[in-house]
Amino acid sequence: MSVFQQVLIGPLKDIGSNPAFFGEVVIGGILAGMLYSLVALGFVLIFKASGVFNFAQGVMVLFAALTLVGLIERGAGVWVALAATALVMIVLAFAIERAVLRPLVNQPQIILFMATIGLNFFLEGFGEMLWGANVKKLDVGIPDRSFMAAGMQINQLELSAGGIAAILVVVLAIFFQKTRIGRALRAVADDHEAALSIGIPLKTIWVVVWSVAGLVAIVAGIMWGAKSGVQFSLSLIALKALPVLILGGFESVPGAIVGGLIIGVGEKIGEVYWGPLVGGAIENWFAYVLALAFLLIRPQGLFGEKIIERV
Amino acid sequence: MTLPLLEVEGVSVRFGALTALTHVSLEIARGEIVAIIGPNGAGKTTLLNVISGFYHPYEGRILFDGRDRTNLRPPDVAELGVARTFQNVALFKGMSVLDNIMTGRLLKMRGSFLLDALWWGPAQRQELAHREAVERIIDFLEIQAIRKTRAGTLPYGLQKRVELARALAAEPQLLLLDEPMAGMNVEEKEDMCRFILDVNSEFGTTIALIEHDMGVVMDISHRVAVLDYGRKIADGTPDEVRKNQAVLDAYLGVSSEGASAAPSETSPRIAPAKPALERPGA
Repeated sequence: MSVFQQVLIGPLKDIGSNPAFFGEVVIGGILAGMLYSLVALGFVLIFKASGVFNFAQGVMVLFAALTLVGLIERGAGVWVALAATALVMIVLAFAIERAVLRPLVNQPQIILFMATIGLNFFLEGFGEMLWGANVKKLDVGIPDRSFMAAGMQINQLELSAGGIAAILVVVLAIFFQKTRIGRALRAVADDHEAALSIGIPLKTIWVVVWSVAGLVAIVAGIMWGAKSGVQFSLSLIALKALPVLILGGFESVPGAIVGGLIIGVGEKIGEVYWGPLVGGAIENWFAYVLALAFLLIRPQGLFGEKIIERV
Repeated sequence: MTLPLLEVEGVSVRFGALTALTHVSLEIARGEIVAIIGPNGAGKTTLLNVISGFYHPYEGRILFDGRDRTNLRPPDVAELGVARTFQNVALFKGMSVLDNIMTGRLLKMRGSFLLDALWWGPAQRQELAHREAVERIIDFLEIQAIRKTRAGTLPYGLQKRVELARALAAEPQLLLLDEPMAGMNVEEKEDMCRFILDVNSEFGTTIALIEHDMGVVMDISHRVAVLDYGRKIADGTPDEVRKNQAVLDAYLGVSSEGASAAPSETSPRIAPAKPALERPGA
């Protein structure tokens, strides 16, 4: 069999021969993609409103999950722990605005980026100091079991996670497009001076976006934590959000969602059908290669602001 | 005597070693259209920025409606009822014209985060009420045709008009316009003049504007204040200012001994051409 056949025909034959299995793979990809989208959303929110690329988003996910598990371990009920964690993330947003963003206002972007790298290591150490560094199990009461539907095996936990992520994404999209605060957020993202002149206080907006990003981090943290335990590697999923952002565009909420889905589905299909050709394990780097290809063709991403330069 | 809407009292602004404004005082009465003119670098925009809270003076006071508000920040100034436009149009370029103008009403909108997020009940009703107000402004400024267009894609003259619409949406008491007619052609300028006069007469809005086109300034303003090198050198009706020797000197860039060379036939337009505005070293 020629290389051409191996690469293009073979995998497609496999797909055609067992559509139910293909469906399973796609659904698995969509669910994983939802979670990538959630993390990417946190990035997009902050980037849109303050132009800051928040390197600490991944650690915020870890920190939120650690806090939640820590509180549950210390005997708090799930809902109490959840509310308390939300409160912690909001307090964190206030603290970040006060201690990091406000003193650095009007500094070049790279300075703010460096500050979030600092924030990243601080939160990592602070979280582990508070709650310990060992892997913790997070039980949210949804059984990690599978059921059959239309000949496909579907994991209940993943399905719930995907459903919740979808709801969150829809709510955020409406919030951004249709509401007063959403419009203020977009205004700030577009032009700081003009936003100030029509009475939008930047500080409040920053606190709002960092809070929302914190809440999104909680949801992402719960879902990843329930799947694979709460541990340091949770913060590394933030790296998977990077190709999602490149694909979707740094400033686009729908882009984060679609980008997440493309990456999730793409890497699962790639792994299952094309992986064996190169010895497997392409799931880990597929996303980055895809992002690289995108950078060459459409550097602003699928939904990003088109880069037009007037000369 | 009624209280002036805005009083600028002996305001000085410094940027490091550079003094941008020196003891500038200006009163603006309710319902007035005041033009602020002066050569490039005279401090006109700085004055506007001080009034709208972007800069804070290191001495002097600013009173709005009789109350001291010297050190308020821009959002708080906006809340008092001051709206402005910018010299280099500052629209939200990614948003539609309609959304841009809606942002102008943000201060008038109230609501809870949660209701907003769910787009439910009062939040929805409020949104619709404000939409009506915005549609009236759109009609008033004759920009119905571009409501759904992305602001960033519009030609410059229209962008300026949308920026005015956004400022008007806040129903301001004081409207600050920084070169509302810069870069416009004759028809666009005429339209803009008409809008400014209409806003003033229909809504009673007090207007302070910076403008370089002297024909426009003399036509539409009740009073003209002239800045030069950060100082106010004249303040009066268009006719008074037109005859003011200091003003002629500043614009023609001559010292007093050459001033007699300023012939009276240039008086309808103090600054006949752009070169007169480009003062070397300013």
